[in-house]
Amino acid sequence: MTTSVASLPTAFRPRQVFSWLGVAPFFLFATLFLILPTLNIVLGAFRNAEGQVTLENLGKLLSPSIRSAFWISIELSLLTAALGCLFGFLIAAAITLGGLPRPLRGAILTFSGVASNFAGVPLAFAFIATLGRLGFVTMLLRHWFGINLYGAGFNIVSFLGLALTYLYFQIPLMVLIITPALEGLRREWREAAESLGASGLQYWRMVALPVLWPSLLGTLALLFANAFGAVATAIALTGSSLSIAPIVLFAQVRGDVLNDPHLGYAIAFAMILLTAIANAIYILLRMRAERWVK
Amino acid sequence: MTERRLWSWLAVVLGGLYFLLPLVGMVDFSMRMQRDGYSFEAYRVVLADPQFQQTFGYSVVLALLTIVLGILIVVPTAYFVRLRFPGLRPIVEFLTLLPLVIPPIVIVFGYIRIYNTSSVLPLTGSWWGTNLLLLFGYATLSLPYMYRSVDTGLRTIDIGSLTEAAQSLGAGWARILAVVILPNVFVSILSGAFLTFAIVIGEYVFAALLNVGSFGPYMVWMGGNRAYEPSALAVVAFAITWACMGLIQLFTRFSKFSTVRR
Repeated sequence: MTTSVASLPTAFRPRQVFSWLGVAPFFLFATLFLILPTLNIVLGAFRNAEGQVTLENLGKLLSPSIRSAFWISIELSLLTAALGCLFGFLIAAAITLGGLPRPLRGAILTFSGVASNFAGVPLAFAFIATLGRLGFVTMLLRHWFGINLYGAGFNIVSFLGLALTYLYFQIPLMVLIITPALEGLRREWREAAESLGASGLQYWRMVALPVLWPSLLGTLALLFANAFGAVATAIALTGSSLSIAPIVLFAQVRGDVLNDPHLGYAIAFAMILLTAIANAIYILLRMRAERWVK
Repeated sequence: MTERRLWSWLAVVLGGLYFLLPLVGMVDFSMRMQRDGYSFEAYRVVLADPQFQQTFGYSVVLALLTIVLGILIVVPTAYFVRLRFPGLRPIVEFLTLLPLVIPPIVIVFGYIRIYNTSSVLPLTGSWWGTNLLLLFGYATLSLPYMYRSVDTGLRTIDIGSLTEAAQSLGAGWARILAVVILPNVFVSILSGAFLTFAIVIGEYVFAALLNVGSFGPYMVWMGGNRAYEPSALAVVAFAITWACMGLIQLFTRFSKFSTVRR
């Protein structure tokens, strides 16, 4: 296919200009609405109001309130990424290796596709309707089992509530990514291990997990970035009562609180840095993981 | 063997509980507006709200425009990169993945800084400008999905031969793209389009920070001021997401079927 294109008669060559015109809109678009805005933020993080280069803005990130916002965000993202990986892995293992009826597998994968995209405002509403003060499960537990969730100190507008809500899109994402990796585990590997006398645990510890770990760690990084950038879910669920990094930035941009655009730049820059590192880890580990698929 | 199956059932049942309970809770709550039992009152109130009609209609139109803009930008790019500039491929792929790496709130913050009223291109200063900026922003968010779906579609057809055939019949580039390439990748574009629709319809951060009254900010406002209506809105939003994903599945199955037959 490509050779036939390369050997096109030279009469077509002037049309190369048209080909450039075909890709030009994309590059113009990407420059104006993706690269320049991001560059503006990154450069702004290193400049003060007079335009001089400075590290002052990044220094402000260390103030107690901003630092604690980032810390809560990192904890929340790490916790939901780790739990998302764990539960997602268990569900994926159950539907690929667990000998469950075949249609169930398709249904769970389809549902995972929907649930991983059901983030944002509606998801927050669903959890308020379920675990809020008058929510379905809250009332169910109180009337049927006599358990008073809110009396026991639970609140949906909290770190725990937010974590429970984030898992709703984290677990399905893990299921979607890890199911193909689990299907890539060849039956022969297990049989070979068993014929050499390995127990099920030994097979997992010495064969399956070493093959899977790049996928697992990579997905962990991806889920971290996924949770870290989520804003709408958190705002709809907590208003702005829980101070996590994206919410602090949201308030900054809106001008609700102290109006220092350069502090906003610094927060945004730190967010890009964290999600970029997480995504880079994901991509590197994924390339490593693909070695076994071939 | 049976022990493993038991554990698998346990994982699936517990997972099922976690995933189904919020859906049940949401539906249950949305139907409790009247004290004497279940009713569709919250849905009636929401659907009759002029604000709902206006914001929802706005978001639907915006989502459709985003899809059209996405197709206009992505299809020629993916086509020419495959046909003429394979060397540009890594750069284009990297750019299209960036919106997944940079948090949306950072991108929109950049827009506000670059396109504010005191800049060279003061898009946020006028109604049209703001809406245009939101449209471009959503097209940016949709790039990863649109590009991947179009590129997957192009992979299954022989664009080199198709282009040569069309050229020998005297077709120009615009005609080749519109009449030959687009219909051939249409089914794969649809999966990107439905995903874009599902994302744009309830998007909150871009719209809120650009001060546009779309469906996302309307939902958040409802969440802060009403009790039962938000659940009804969540049910509507979930139904839309479900419909979009269902249609994607349907069309990918359809496209696989048609390629196998060919």
